[in-house]
Amino acid sequence: MEGRPFNDISYERFLSEDKLVGSRCQKCGVLFVPPRSICIQCYSTEMEWVEMKGKGKLAAFTCIAIGPPLMIKEGYDRKHPYVSGVVQLEEGVRVVARIEGVDGSKPETITIGTPLQVEFLHRGEGENSTNFLAFRPS
Amino acid sequence: MRGRRKLGRGVAVVGAGMSKFGMFGDKDSKHLFAEAFNEMLSAIDKGIDPKDIDALYLGNFTNDFFVHQGHWGPIISDLIGLTPKPATRTEGACAASALAFREGVFAIASGFYDVVLVGGVEEMSKRNTEEVTQGLAMAASPYEVKAGFTFPGVFGAMATAYFNKYGASREHLMNVTIKSHNNAHLNPKAQFNVSIRDIMNQRIERAKNKGEPIPAWRDEKEFLRDPRANPVVAWPMHLYDCCPISDGASCVLLVAEEIAKDFTDNPLHVVGIGQGSGKGLHAKEDLTYFEATRYAAQEAYELSGLKPEDVQIAEVHDCFSIAEIIHLEDLGFFKPGEGYKAVEEGLTRLDGPKPINTSGGLKCKGHPVGATGTGQLVEIWKQLKGEAGERQVPIKDLRIGAAQSLGGTGGTCTFTILERR
Repeated sequence: MEGRPFNDISYERFLSEDKLVGSRCQKCGVLFVPPRSICIQCYSTEMEWVEMKGKGKLAAFTCIAIGPPLMIKEGYDRKHPYVSGVVQLEEGVRVVARIEGVDGSKPETITIGTPLQVEFLHRGEGENSTNFLAFRPS
Repeated sequence: MRGRRKLGRGVAVVGAGMSKFGMFGDKDSKHLFAEAFNEMLSAIDKGIDPKDIDALYLGNFTNDFFVHQGHWGPIISDLIGLTPKPATRTEGACAASALAFREGVFAIASGFYDVVLVGGVEEMSKRNTEEVTQGLAMAASPYEVKAGFTFPGVFGAMATAYFNKYGASREHLMNVTIKSHNNAHLNPKAQFNVSIRDIMNQRIERAKNKGEPIPAWRDEKEFLRDPRANPVVAWPMHLYDCCPISDGASCVLLVAEEIAKDFTDNPLHVVGIGQGSGKGLHAKEDLTYFEATRYAAQEAYELSGLKPEDVQIAEVHDCFSIAEIIHLEDLGFFKPGEGYKAVEEGLTRLDGPKPINTSGGLKCKGHPVGATGTGQLVEIWKQLKGEAGERQVPIKDLRIGAAQSLGGTGGTCTFTILERR
């Protein structure tokens, strides 16, 4: 983990390795996910990588019927909405992620506070591969 | 913050105008701005020689993407015969022309210019919905895009957090939509110049003519609950919770306060301006408010010495219904968690104690993004001057109006307070 710059490219690379990581300020201890290279609390640039346990709770969500081309390609449409959400991690920070394993066409069945477990989605091959952070009910 | 905010000298609004907002196959950005400019000129009581305008600040967000032209300052400057005077484009996503307004105020307050034109333009409807969505996503947080969020999706997620925290529901959002349509029904410049009731009647008429089963909606809410009439976009945001794709332009003429009487006996004074920036959804301290709006509001209230209760009418950035409720709270008009109740009680109606979005708001007036910031101020201008026609609010001694703009998903927010003295 050491040696990688604290930026979004590294964050994405960790996702491809099935790791959800953040940076912790070595001076004041604040945790940032995704990572920041500058601590916005004390302005130290001494950061260390920290891997998250991948457990959290649903803090907010939406069931998207009209999505971007990327999601349409995955087969989502008005009849098959997908779910995106905000997840409160056990470590105390929040991330935005896709929410799997819930029915986007039945929003009334999705509850804020639901315990979630991280899942890493890998789409495409080789140079065209993309990695997505997702969570599903645990 | 070090020291108190202050303007070097006073700035006044002496003219304001806007094009009709809508989807126009036969009007381009130049045509639309010319419409707004001509209305602005005719709104200046004592007239102006346009050659006296010292500079132009123009808000535009995505024409780069929508019409493959990004350098709009000089194009519009040339259109209205301003060259070689300076023209500067401002970009703040959906708050682009609100930033143009602010830059114009600073340019005069500094003493550098005396007469400045500020405005905005956007031409969106020549692209399909997918392309517009892609264009607008240029203002979203990259993390949100990756997680599949669309613009309605971000506001939808904030709505679920708001519902969960305060006990509100979709039914409360409908009150915002119904009110906006009722106001827009009285605004000839609005894209949707119809009440929900009008739309219901049109649908019923169409069904009758086609010999189809006649919908049996008992009231507006029943119509809005009908998934065929009001489908989901990003739950809980439905079609009628979302502003449309629009073309349009608007502009406002700013002058130094000391020369305002040369243009009109009734100028509006810029008493409060504020601007803030905000974090992405994941990094927000709380999912039920916009820190950038709260900061902008605080700045504007401090500069003006006014309090939220002093603001008699306001235009707020209701790109989505939930946003209007949140803005009411962030601007201090109602306490956190009380905004939805205020709307339900009718407090924000045209004839209520705190009329909000008398123009019909972004939802119904339309949201040509770059034109929205100064477009909101055109409405405040009309109301404070008593020229809002059928939708003139019945408040006696109407003197103080304000407008709040939001760019992206809360990345840029502004608040402007105008006063008639």
